[in-house]
Parts: sequence; C-alpha cells; structure tokens
Amino acid sequence: MSLSGKDKAVVKNFWGKVAPKAAEIGGEALGRMLTSYPQTKTYFSHWADLSPGSAQVKKHGATIMAAVGDAVSKIDDLTGGLSTLSELHAFKLRVDPANFRILAHNLILCMAMFFPGDFTPEVHLSVDKFLQNVALALSEKYR
Amino acid sequence: MVKWTELERSTVKAIWEKVDIDEIGPQIWARVLIVYPWTERYFGSFGDLFTITAILKNDKVAAHGKVVLKALDKAVNNMDNMKRTYADLSQLHFQKLEVDPDSFRLLADCITITIACKLKSALSPQSQAIWQKFLYAVVDAMSSQYR
Repeated sequence: MSLSGKDKAVVKNFWGKVAPKAAEIGGEALGRMLTSYPQTKTYFSHWADLSPGSAQVKKHGATIMAAVGDAVSKIDDLTGGLSTLSELHAFKLRVDPANFRILAHNLILCMAMFFPGDFTPEVHLSVDKFLQNVALALSEKYR
Repeated sequence: MVKWTELERSTVKAIWEKVDIDEIGPQIWARVLIVYPWTERYFGSFGDLFTITAILKNDKVAAHGKVVLKALDKAVNNMDNMKRTYADLSQLHFQKLEVDPDSFRLLADCITITIACKLKSALSPQSQAIWQKFLYAVVDAMSSQYR
C-alpha cells in the first residue's frame, strides 16, 4: 500500500502541527505500548523503570519520534533514508517486526489524543499508511 | 474464560459510561471504512462509499455504527460470559455474513482510537490497557464460532 502524492502531502501537513509536541507524544506512546502490550517489555529489560512517565521511557519515546520526523523528511525514499536504522533493528536490536505495528497503533492513538480535531479519518488513513511504510523500510535488512 | 479484577470491571464501565452511542457509533464506523477500505466489501447495499465525504455523510454507515455499539453494550454487561453472549452473532458473521475475523481486530483498534479522541488524556495508559483487554476479549468471542 504505497504512499500517493496526497498521502505524502497529508502526512507532511499533519507533521507540521505535531512537531512541537513530538517528544511528548513519543514518550506517551512508548509508555502506553509497554503498558498495554507487556510482551514489548522484553526488549527493555535493561531499563530500571518501564512505567509510563519514567525518565527512560520519555527519553526513548522522544528519540523514536525524532526518527519518525526524520522519516517524514525522507518520505520520498523511506527504504534508502532508513537504511542505517534498518540495519540497527535487524542486526543489533533484532526487534520482531510485528512490534512495529503495535508501536504504530500507540503512536496513532497519542496523535489522536493530542490533536483530536486534526486527526480526521482522512489524516488517520495517510498516517497509518505512512507508518506501515516506515515499518516496511525498517524491516528491509532483516533477511 | 477471561478473568476480570474489580478494577478492570469498574474501568471498563467508567469508560463506557462516557461513550454516547449516537455520537461515537457513526464516527467509529466511518473511520473503519475510511482507514481500512477493504472492509467496504461487506457493505454493498450501503450505497455511495466511494469517497471519504460520501462515507462521512452516509446514513446507513451512521446507523450501522450505532447497531454495533449497542451490541458492544452487551459485552460490557456480560463480561463473565462473553463467548455465550456472542455465540449467535459470531455464527451470523461467520456463516451468513462471511466476515474475515481480522476485521474485528481492525474495528476494535478504531473504537479505541475514536474513544481516545473523545476522552484524550482522561484515557490513562492503564485504562487503555484494560479497555484493550476488554475489546480483545470481545474480538475473541466474536471469532469463537469460526471453525
């Protein structure tokens, strides 16, 4: 389900609104993912505190959202643009790609929560497709 | 059978009390059809679903959203008995309507996101986890007669 010109425009436009709150949304989304999908905690056993709102969760959530923002800027070539990140996830972190969908759900939920008026079904559609394509680009180097 | 703590029961009920079926039902249903357009395959009789605008204005979409949320109300009131509560509906969706049960999961996620739009930060991470546990139990019950 590749991104149309319209999808890209919608995503970029919505990201313009989201960007000032990106770090907060990322931290919130990661915390919710760890709470609602405890299987994802297996990737963070080296952290002392996995509760939503913990410093480590907030920091890492911000890191993730910064990477999502970077992906927005590379929306015309996600596979090329995210190649290094894909190598990291494939060879070092070895995150099961099924979890990208779980994180995407929580990112979407938080974007909806923070921007309920802007997160129309139309925006939801394009953002969902975008995150799916990001996940695909991240999985590129796995095998 | 899924086990529910007192906290989980009260959380689900508290969230459900804030849901206005007539307001949220149509929103949820439109969202599912727009974000996951392949679900339109089950609604050939609904008329114009060709554009996002058409879906948002479609009366049958709105009506069906209310029907589905009314059915969800049954689950809220029968949390210890979901498989039996939904046995007939599950049969119907399998044998007669021939709905892919993966659609139930897509619907569940859209319900959560629409409620998140409404409740915003009032839906805490813990409440979200409990609400999703509840919805996935409903999805399970709705899939139970598929064999």
